[in-house]
Amino acid sequence: MSDEHRCVELTRSRHRIGQWLLLSFVLIWFFILILTPLIGIIKETFSQGIEAVKNSLTTPASMHAFWLTLVITASAVVLNTLFGTILAVVLARQNFKGKLFLESLLDLPFAVSPIVAGFMFILLFGPRGWIGNWFSSLNIKIIYAFPGMLIATLFVTLPFVAREVLPVLREFGPEQEETASTLGASQWQTFWRVTLPSIKWGMAYGVTLTIARSIGEFGAVLVVSGSIINKTQTATLRIHDQFTDFNYAGAFSAALLLAAFSFFLLNIIQCIYKKKGSAST
Amino acid sequence: MSGIRVESVTKKFGDFVAVDDVSFAVEEGELVALLGPSGSGKSTILRIVAGLETQDHGHVYLTGEDVTSLSPQKRKIGFVFQHYALFKHMTVEKNIAFGLEIRKKNKTQIKKKIAELIDLVKLNGYEKHYPSQLSGGQRQRVALARALAPEPKVLLLDEPFGSLDAKVRKNLAKWIRQLHDRIRVTSIFVTHDQSEAMEIADKIIVVNRGRVEQIGNASEVYEHPKSKFVASFVGNVNVINGRTYVSHIAIEGTEGRISQKTEDVPEDQDIVLLVRPEEVVIEETASKDSSIPAVIEEIHYRGSFYEVDLRIGANDIKSFVQKERYKSNPWTVGEHVFVLFTQFKVFEASEGHQAIHRMLKQLGYIE
Repeated sequence: MSDEHRCVELTRSRHRIGQWLLLSFVLIWFFILILTPLIGIIKETFSQGIEAVKNSLTTPASMHAFWLTLVITASAVVLNTLFGTILAVVLARQNFKGKLFLESLLDLPFAVSPIVAGFMFILLFGPRGWIGNWFSSLNIKIIYAFPGMLIATLFVTLPFVAREVLPVLREFGPEQEETASTLGASQWQTFWRVTLPSIKWGMAYGVTLTIARSIGEFGAVLVVSGSIINKTQTATLRIHDQFTDFNYAGAFSAALLLAAFSFFLLNIIQCIYKKKGSAST
Repeated sequence: MSGIRVESVTKKFGDFVAVDDVSFAVEEGELVALLGPSGSGKSTILRIVAGLETQDHGHVYLTGEDVTSLSPQKRKIGFVFQHYALFKHMTVEKNIAFGLEIRKKNKTQIKKKIAELIDLVKLNGYEKHYPSQLSGGQRQRVALARALAPEPKVLLLDEPFGSLDAKVRKNLAKWIRQLHDRIRVTSIFVTHDQSEAMEIADKIIVVNRGRVEQIGNASEVYEHPKSKFVASFVGNVNVINGRTYVSHIAIEGTEGRISQKTEDVPEDQDIVLLVRPEEVVIEETASKDSSIPAVIEEIHYRGSFYEVDLRIGANDIKSFVQKERYKSNPWTVGEHVFVLFTQFKVFEASEGHQAIHRMLKQLGYIE
């Protein structure tokens, strides 16, 4: 009896040691990969004092870069929320040939490297590209200008809203919408009163992901923008630029600002995730 | 004037003919069941009547008006789904008000109507609840109240009790019948449950493979089935293999015969006999009428009657025996007896036979 008891105790303590080891491993890994870089950024940022941080963040070039990031992000969010929702509704509610192909195409921006995407757009919209050629005859510049950067950002953030809304729409099925129509609601009324309230948390989640990605996008935007100071330089491009110029204080303070914002977004995402979960049960 | 008239409606999904030249009429104020196995096209027919599906051919008339080209919004119907399809983000009250708000009724009117319907579906006190806080039966009653709110010309119910458990289902079915007797709105409900259909419908439309097999009231459909399918689908039935001769019907695997000619099928044909279990009478001795020898295999007590499983040659059949009859002279398992069929139907053993057998197995009528 006591032997058996001891055996149980032993297994339990072994189990406890196992759990402890696992936890320590996770914590150490987390520390090395996430916390140390963050501490590094903070330390480096404030190494030349708070005044230097303030100065580097408020130079016209930095201000312009932040402003540009803001404008591109806002535009991408509006356009991709609209387009992503329409796309999700079409994919969830309509049957047509090539639907599966279209749906797999939706994931392309996830699979293609942003740099490759950027070059793709240069080929297409550049002064010698077949669409760019036509635009330049109208005196509209796309590559190395705002439209190109927006297109690149739209491309890399395309799937977020659509991918979040699509499963929600599929899960809640067409029956509520059909009921609304038998009760006399037009398609528009049905969308606003029935569909939208059901997908809003999915949309919100997709929007937050879109914001995070738009702000952080580097590769595709770098290729199509040319990173011209005060013209086509976004916040991430500005960080890169300052870093290669050995302006570490400037680079790190901007980086810290972006990291702080991302952290804030992360919290919002967590909140939405909880809401989304409770809304679907 | 009829409440609902469907005229040679056909609907294909790709190559699959879901609804094949279906016509029927529902009189004003009737409660009609569309009865059929799953995949028989019954739900599609209902959705076509509602305008949720567009037919390839044919016409739909509601209270005499041709609504074939009208959208569901304009057909003035109420539709209830199997899974309720309540608006999850709205309270009971708001769900019921939906159709009225869309039609821009004024607030006092809406309030009055909600109170009336809450009363009707007995959900007093639940006005501010959300669908997730209600039981299945309550949800279905909300769905019904919501459908009735705009005072539809017809009410269409798609497997309305399909996702409820047996007891709730029975009660709700009975309640729907009572409700219908009160409000008398022309209604069609889709079901695969023949007992449900027989219990509450004024008229049953039996559907199979996209076609209407028979239209009639419960007793007509049960006692005078027009096809093998109807006979086997509506109610319990024994399927017995046999063959017709000039003056009698032989039963496979036994000397037993039915000394009776059948007009339904010519002689020298393989046939199937369909006999309801309550039409199988067991006798201890052979008589002029009951010369089919059988062996008792199992006896089950079923509450109000006894179910006796018998073997006749190569066929396993069931007999439902009245309690009093059984108790007056109980049989034992293994006993040799004779059976006679007080009523039966003969159909040719054509290709359809296999399909019926499969279906009966699925439904659990035969092993």
